[in-house]
Amino acid sequence: MNEIDIALTVNGEPISERVEARKTLVDFLREDLGLTGSHVGCEHGVCGACTVRVNGAIVRGCLMLAVQCDGTIIETIEGLSDSGEVADLQAAFEQRNALQCGYCTPGMIAAAQDLLNRGGVPSRDQIREHLSGNYCRCTGYHAIVDAVESVAQERNKARAGAKR
Amino acid sequence: MKPAPFAYKRARSTEEAVALLGEKDARLLAGGQSLIATLNMRLSAPALLIDINRIDGLDGTAHKDGMIEIGALTRHAAAERSNVIAQHAPLIARALPHIGHPAIRNRGTLGGSIAFADPAAELPACLLALDGEVEAAGPKGKRSIKAKVFFKGLFETALAPNEMLTAIRVPAADAQTRTGFAELARRHGDYAIVGLAASARGDGKGLTDVRLAYFGVGATPVRATKAEAALASGNVDAAIAALDLDPPDDVQATGAVKKHLAAVLLRRVAKQLMETQR
Repeated sequence: MNEIDIALTVNGEPISERVEARKTLVDFLREDLGLTGSHVGCEHGVCGACTVRVNGAIVRGCLMLAVQCDGTIIETIEGLSDSGEVADLQAAFEQRNALQCGYCTPGMIAAAQDLLNRGGVPSRDQIREHLSGNYCRCTGYHAIVDAVESVAQERNKARAGAKR
Repeated sequence: MKPAPFAYKRARSTEEAVALLGEKDARLLAGGQSLIATLNMRLSAPALLIDINRIDGLDGTAHKDGMIEIGALTRHAAAERSNVIAQHAPLIARALPHIGHPAIRNRGTLGGSIAFADPAAELPACLLALDGEVEAAGPKGKRSIKAKVFFKGLFETALAPNEMLTAIRVPAADAQTRTGFAELARRHGDYAIVGLAASARGDGKGLTDVRLAYFGVGATPVRATKAEAALASGNVDAAIAALDLDPPDDVQATGAVKKHLAAVLLRRVAKQLMETQR
């Protein structure tokens, strides 16, 4: 019972694999599927570098087992990038120097997108609170908050324009 | 680090999970937001993980017989969105945003938080402040356990090794229910250095039935009974002077600092309790 067959969808592709029960989701993504955009930082749920989406909700990739993801839909930073869903966030992060080493960036983008998907323009405090589970050791966060805030404003403008 | 090897079984019913708990060195896997971290760090190494995440009917919220019943598998994020909890369990609604971070709350469960009984966690203190109870299923059926006897020590509860927490119940709030919640943490979402969950009854003039449950100040959530009596007489300064807490030092702060912060929180929470809006 230590190895289990799972079938799931990762970034739109159906996947069937046999995994060890003890393998975490993020290790499965990186080692078995070669999706190394999700990063392994602290391995105990503190740093947020492994943030991915499971059935549309962001989770810690290090605090879920791969076997638990049987039948789920997983989206990683590779999927979010390829679909263009976070293109504006990525551009804003680059323009505003919201990344230096880039280790935290995939998780930051996933968490920021989760906040922005709720609609409206969050306050800087709300942005900080929503990203409080994602550590960045380079930027001091200011530029990250700037980037997320600017994208929230741009998307809000685009939505208002579309309604008119 | 990576977890030590273990066997994995997915329980389809509460009965099946309880039966599997009879196997050697078995642990329940609910949200996993504490358990998997301890597996990764090899602080725990069970022989068998019993995944209860796919048991039907173990989540959700119901209002019955004057009580709010919350299924053990209800995720923190789902509870945050619940109108029943917002309206009828306002103390829990106040506490939820302080638990971990959005990605943690998407997985973490209310039953898991209570059963894990971390002394610095929010929900055990809420359950104690509300004089709530847990429902536990064992080989001989179900029983209720009051919060005041449930939390027995550091990560220790009244659950028997082959019992599983299936729901928590708190009295439904009414027009006279008053609640207050505050905590101090180094980073939003981290475990509190000190926190306070409180409930009372108010008629617009004063408070009665004041219950102050501190967390992060001992091995379990702790009630400050002398301060409760003083606060019911309407005197916040007297309540602070009467604060009967003796928190031990821990990695976050010394006991003296914690005691000072407990007084700071009491002032904030007293203000919330005295507001008419619950």
